Amino acid sequence: MTRHIVARTSEIPAGGNKVFGLEGRDIVVFHVNGEFFALLNRCPHEGAPLEKAACVARLTSPEPGIYQRDRVGEMLRCPWHGWEFDIRNGQSWFDPTRFRIRSYPVAVESGAELQKGPYVAETFPVHIEDNYVIVEV
Amino acid sequence: MAATRIDCDIHPAVGGTRTTLLPYLSDHWKEQVVSRAIDGLDLNSYPPSMPLSGRADWRPADGRKPGSDLAMVQRGAFDQLGASHAICNVVYGAQAVFDPYMAADFCKAINDWIAAEWLARDTRLRASIVVPIQAPDLAVEEIERRAGDNRFVSVLVPSQNETLLGRRHYWPIYQAAEKYRLPIAIHAGSAYRGAPSSIGWPSYRYEYYLAEAQAFQAQTLSLIYEGVFGKYPGLTVVLMESGVSWLPAFMWRANKTWRGVRVEVPWVEREPAAIIRDHFRVTMQPFDAPMDATSVADIIDQIGSDKMFLFASDYPHWQFDGDDPVPPHLPDSLVRRMCEDNPLETFPRLKLDA
Repeated sequence: MTRHIVARTSEIPAGGNKVFGLEGRDIVVFHVNGEFFALLNRCPHEGAPLEKAACVARLTSPEPGIYQRDRVGEMLRCPWHGWEFDIRNGQSWFDPTRFRIRSYPVAVESGAELQKGPYVAETFPVHIEDNYVIVEV
Repeated sequence: MAATRIDCDIHPAVGGTRTTLLPYLSDHWKEQVVSRAIDGLDLNSYPPSMPLSGRADWRPADGRKPGSDLAMVQRGAFDQLGASHAICNVVYGAQAVFDPYMAADFCKAINDWIAAEWLARDTRLRASIVVPIQAPDLAVEEIERRAGDNRFVSVLVPSQNETLLGRRHYWPIYQAAEKYRLPIAIHAGSAYRGAPSSIGWPSYRYEYYLAEAQAFQAQTLSLIYEGVFGKYPGLTVVLMESGVSWLPAFMWRANKTWRGVRVEVPWVEREPAAIIRDHFRVTMQPFDAPMDATSVADIIDQIGSDKMFLFASDYPHWQFDGDDPVPPHLPDSLVRRMCEDNPLETFPRLKLDA
């Protein structure tokens, strides 16, 4: 596993995402509720780009007409066919073990920590005053 | 031949409202049917003279309706076709009339008649409760009226009535059905509130009969998507004379679509096909399968549950020739299940020695 410094935290707006090419793969990093999540930018169904997915609530219901929303923003709804996936682990809602998006560990670290190494900044300088998103691939 | 062979769908016929049912009507409706000459409420879905409505050898020689003579039904369903027990489903227009109070009294009369003139005369017979589905509160009253009589084992509704069966409007009926362990038997037949095809009126009678599969599919989806089985987890639905072989493609497509649109119906927490396997049953005449063993095996395998199939002859409807209602090429283990185990599980009020 290689840890890649992909962006300053400020470059991925809250509720938004950004796609990075890492080791030949497109990986999309979402910024939801103050946390960052990295997934392969490709729906396991037909390959839709998940950067266009809606970040929605996890919706359940104890009975008809009752809508229970939790983990708001933490489910991805694919733009093509509406399949839902858990942003934390990539598991599909309807068949979590068989259908899932590849997900990658993400960390946020300060420039001060990163400058101590052993990590190497990718394509931009690391500033001590900023925080950075690290994706492990 | 299995010793126990429960025929889940036979059709005693009401001779007429002013004749057969007259003794069982309330005084008001007795006077009305006589003075207003109300009679002949056979559904357009099953005109008695149509060949499908009665196989030639099951038609009384004197021209009365097929299924109207108890002794003849006994000879056909029991002696000839080998049933040990049979469930009577009276398909008559009582459920189709617009006046809800007339419908309720006619349904009550049918149930009283079937109890007095059929169930009381042959302990091998059971019956479905005929209810005025267009008036759910009156339908519940009729279910309550029969709840103490275990010879009534299900609730009969036509496949095409005023609206889709999953709608909340109908839920009190399902609550009562679950409470009294009565499956809802949806039988082919239209009250002609709307065109029998979703596109409009067909020109030919057999277009209607094939379009019944659309109605069964729509009813099945409606019951699932409106959340009836989450609300009433003990409820079972029996599709009668629906045909069976359309199920695999329908189940597959229902699953596929649900994956993408389940946020519309978050109370549907499982794949529709899984709900179908748990809550739906089908009578096996007609089966509508190709005549080769491989195709039959594929269809059974794709449906994916041996609990869903119920032995039925559909007597006196002309679905097959000869003396054996069991469709060809079904495995013996399945035939045993559909003749005894599955009917007893599906109709929990049905006790063989009662």
